[in-house]
Amino acid sequence: MKISVIITLKKDVLDPQGKVIHQTLDGMGFDNINEVRQGKYLEIDTKENDKKKAEEKVEEMCKKLLTNLIIENYKIIKSQ
Amino acid sequence: MNSSVITFPGSNCDRDMDVALKKFGFKNKMIWHDEVELPKSDLVVLPGGFSYGDYLRCGSIASKSKIMKSVLNFAKGGGKVMGICNGFQILVEAGLLPGVLLRNKYLEFICKNVFVKVNNKDNSYFRDTKKNTFEFHIAHNEGNYFCTTEQIKEIDEYNQIALFYSDKAGNVNEENNPNGSIKNIAGIFNKEKNVLGMMPHPERMIDPALSGEDGSIFFANLINNLK
Repeated sequence: MKISVIITLKKDVLDPQGKVIHQTLDGMGFDNINEVRQGKYLEIDTKENDKKKAEEKVEEMCKKLLTNLIIENYKIIKSQ
Repeated sequence: MNSSVITFPGSNCDRDMDVALKKFGFKNKMIWHDEVELPKSDLVVLPGGFSYGDYLRCGSIASKSKIMKSVLNFAKGGGKVMGICNGFQILVEAGLLPGVLLRNKYLEFICKNVFVKVNNKDNSYFRDTKKNTFEFHIAHNEGNYFCTTEQIKEIDEYNQIALFYSDKAGNVNEENNPNGSIKNIAGIFNKEKNVLGMMPHPERMIDPALSGEDGSIFFANLINNLK
């Protein structure tokens, strides 16, 4: 089963890379943007075929390694 | 005094630290991250570098390596653990120190000498030091210290700030903040003050012909305090 997770910076954490991307897009003429935030996308292919169990395991992975909860949030966006 | 320097894949200040520790009288051992047991140590140092290529988040992978279980137990038993630069990042990822180190505010890799002001001398690292400010070297891309508002309250309450970025006279202000760190924080302790993490590199300041002597003052004082 493949679990997809997105990791984003929390709202009040400065995202200088997102800011630079925003400024660059602005300079290219995409001037309608309010904000750009950069994040991470992970795809975890697990041997577990039970959706609930697999998602629980991935949540544990997120808490223990994949994210730093001081600055980041995670969200499982797809399990198939 | 026995010390151990842990080498992770991608550490690159481990040998400099070895030279510095030996110069000031430590019997130092280099320990590979894959070892399970720490040798008997009075001080454990996590050196600077780019462990695991800074994959995922700086220090996150190294913080889960085999030897870190021993380092965690050693620290929990009151053992002295010092993390420099990437070592500091590993300590926060391991949960031994609060907070996290973010990308520098202006997205530049910073490599220069800075002054840091000692905030707390009531610990083995800075007790009896005659200096109030040190000139150390910094070289990092992720040194922007960040933590939650609850954490900063607790850090203040337990007087956990070790070093502030400052000017030569010890003035702490935004002008002397190289990377955007909250409150100009350059180094912090755990509550018990046996664990220290800092971005500056004292091991690069141990030879007046090459750099400066403030690192010498730091290490000479440290070994005296540990005796």
